[in-house]
Amino acid sequence: MDYATVLQILDSAMRLTAPLLLACLAGLWSERAGVFDIGLEGKMLIAAFAAAAVAAVTGSVWVGLAAGIGASLALAAVHALASITFRGNQLISGVAINFLASGLTVLLGQSWFGLGGRTPSLEGAARAAPITLPGAEGVRGVPVIGPLYADVLSGHTPLVYLALALVPATWWVLFRTRFGLRLRAVGENPASVDTAGVSVVRLRWAAVLIAGVLCGLAGAYLATGLSAGFVKEMTAGRGYIALAALIFANWRPWRALGATFLFGLMEAVANRFPSLDLGPVTVPSMFMTALPYILTVIILAGFIGRATPPRAGGEPYVKER
Amino acid sequence: MGLTATAAAGAPAAAPFAIELRGISKAFGPVQANRDIALAVPRGTIHGIVGENGAGKSTLMSILYGFYRPDAGTILIDGRAVAIRDSQAAIRAGIGMVFQHFKLVPNFTVLENVILGAEDGALLAPSLSRARSELRRLAAEYRLDVDPDAVVGDLSVGHQQRVEILKALHRHARVLILDEPTGVLTPAEADHLFRILRGLREQGTTVVLITHKLREIMEITDNVSVMRRGEMVATRPTAATTPESLAELMVGRKVLLRVDKAPARPGPPVLELSGLRMVDADGVERLRGIDLTVRAGEILGVAGVSGNGQTQLMEILGGYAEPGATVTGRAALKGAALPLAGADAAQRRRAGIGNIPEDRQAEGLVMDFAAWENMVFGHHRDPEYQSGPVMDHAAIRARTARLMAQFDVRPPLGDLAARNFSGGNQQKIVVAREIEENPALLLVGQPTRGVDIGAIEFIHRRLIELRDAGCAILLVSVELDEIMALSDRIAVMFDGRIMGERMPDAATAGELGLMMAGAAAS
Repeated sequence: MDYATVLQILDSAMRLTAPLLLACLAGLWSERAGVFDIGLEGKMLIAAFAAAAVAAVTGSVWVGLAAGIGASLALAAVHALASITFRGNQLISGVAINFLASGLTVLLGQSWFGLGGRTPSLEGAARAAPITLPGAEGVRGVPVIGPLYADVLSGHTPLVYLALALVPATWWVLFRTRFGLRLRAVGENPASVDTAGVSVVRLRWAAVLIAGVLCGLAGAYLATGLSAGFVKEMTAGRGYIALAALIFANWRPWRALGATFLFGLMEAVANRFPSLDLGPVTVPSMFMTALPYILTVIILAGFIGRATPPRAGGEPYVKER
Repeated sequence: MGLTATAAAGAPAAAPFAIELRGISKAFGPVQANRDIALAVPRGTIHGIVGENGAGKSTLMSILYGFYRPDAGTILIDGRAVAIRDSQAAIRAGIGMVFQHFKLVPNFTVLENVILGAEDGALLAPSLSRARSELRRLAAEYRLDVDPDAVVGDLSVGHQQRVEILKALHRHARVLILDEPTGVLTPAEADHLFRILRGLREQGTTVVLITHKLREIMEITDNVSVMRRGEMVATRPTAATTPESLAELMVGRKVLLRVDKAPARPGPPVLELSGLRMVDADGVERLRGIDLTVRAGEILGVAGVSGNGQTQLMEILGGYAEPGATVTGRAALKGAALPLAGADAAQRRRAGIGNIPEDRQAEGLVMDFAAWENMVFGHHRDPEYQSGPVMDHAAIRARTARLMAQFDVRPPLGDLAARNFSGGNQQKIVVAREIEENPALLLVGQPTRGVDIGAIEFIHRRLIELRDAGCAILLVSVELDEIMALSDRIAVMFDGRIMGERMPDAATAGELGLMMAGAAAS
């Protein structure tokens, strides 16, 4: 494998990591506040659809992005209303959201565009344009480091850089601000926040809505950055992979970056080498494509490390003496 | 009933009360948890509130801390009426609360827990450094030393409690309420706590101490109020009262129920316990060496203020000791060893132990199941209710109809869910089920709690009949009158020990009350 191939795979891994990272951070915000969010998948899917549909109609990727965030926020509000305000089961609410998004996107897509659930292909200003980082062309000639900067780090759409910037931002807000302290407390022992006179419901709503925004970004990126339009079920389980990465990351922002990059890298390798020739045996392409999902199962089964989820995760808060 | 300022120790005559409650009432559905409560706590004193579990103490304090809104009544803080709508309002009014179950975030540091909800600004760093210096000052002033950077989950229970007190002081609490603060502490930790509380009083903080331990009341409080069944029955200066009179006030003296019974004819021992000890999952010793014998044809009544180990005793004998608890000692049933650990409730039933549990709604019945289903629980594996691999519903329903007639369960509808019966009729279902199988030993916990007078008499009569038929009965009740009316022998339990045994005709309520308060038997 030559250096050019390595660069190609890393570049592809960067692009594939971004949606996973955004979804993983969304889950991190929600679950740190004690609200399980199995509906990452559905929120991403509806955001991808809304972003693609609106971008196709308006011709503007930015209006599409806003629509994606709006659609994801709407589903996040449903989740918050059901699981926080009405103290419903968080898993059931999340599953409902996934089904809703899966059916609704195809139904609306068919009735609006008549393309069998797809949206029209996006072109020009309706697609996210790559950014060339300053000095990228200048350093291309520098051995090893130069191409790494010019070909791998530079040349992605804005949402990739936003996703990366959100890692330190999430860490800083969670661990260095009053809001973050209260939010983490609400995920560990909501009674501690309640008896301090702070509203548990309001904090959890805030966390779930932040997750909604992040899923909106992830979905919009899928449809307008990674691809050029929406296709049926285009999230392809990324919401669940993000959840697995979240567990693998032990609900920490920096580790979330590492975990999602691992998944992104695997997907990139699988894309580059559909069937891996290892001399005597050839690993079939089906196995390579399934690799991220196999890793997901292994992580969810608890084979890697010990995960300590937020203590109050999944439990609606009921005041008691 | 009310307390005047002049009667209160340690307060200037004209000082307004730190807290004054007038006519506070609160009902949860049909249960009146607080009824027309009046309470006045002079500033700078330690005020004890005693009462049994369920007397309404915690509800009252939750109202004061804004967790519940009262149905009626007013709250005055420093002489001014305030509306305490939520905990934030209570904190602003200068009230701090240390709950029985701590409200701490286990994986946060002490500092983070202290500032949570009372931060100075949007960024944490300034709050943390200010709290650090304040903790240093408080540690020196009140002996409240805790490592500010320790993770709370790693601290001992006593230290965690100090963090709770520090939380309240950090919020400038002038009134500190502690709910059963010593329940989880070792004696040394409790002594340390009391030193802290005295230090707080010296600095002018008002302390309200909720407990059912009379020794603590006598040791540390200036005044004491007694609650019983949702009402405030007395408030006295502690110096002018005795544990004996407090115990009597707590337990109450109802109209004596007359139970006609012939003298017992005790047979051979049925249950023999020696050196029974139990340490719960938190490491607290709940039973400290119980020796008891119950003979065939007698009722042994265990008297005591609730929370002194009676529940643990009944659960161990019933075969469902608290998970994680360590039980040691010896037990024998009709001379055969009875395993204390690893047994389950089904084995106990097979061994001939019937059980009328203390909490009939949680342990005696499945509230959403029909009466006929509840009637067969615990005996549902008996061959007579089986028809091949399935349960014989016809046989179970026939049994239910027969028992309902025999025990006068009203309405006699087997298909009605347990929760739709009145408390007395629910209890009759449990009693019928347990008595019907002719147990060698019957465990009876609080048989008439929440039961109407008519059903009380009926249940008492059935228990006497069962005794006369040769059953050994172990009766636990917090109603002293019930114990005295039914028992052939009375054992008094306090703090996980049997303080002594008395014959009912030779004992007075006063003497038993004193033993219930922890005084050694003379």
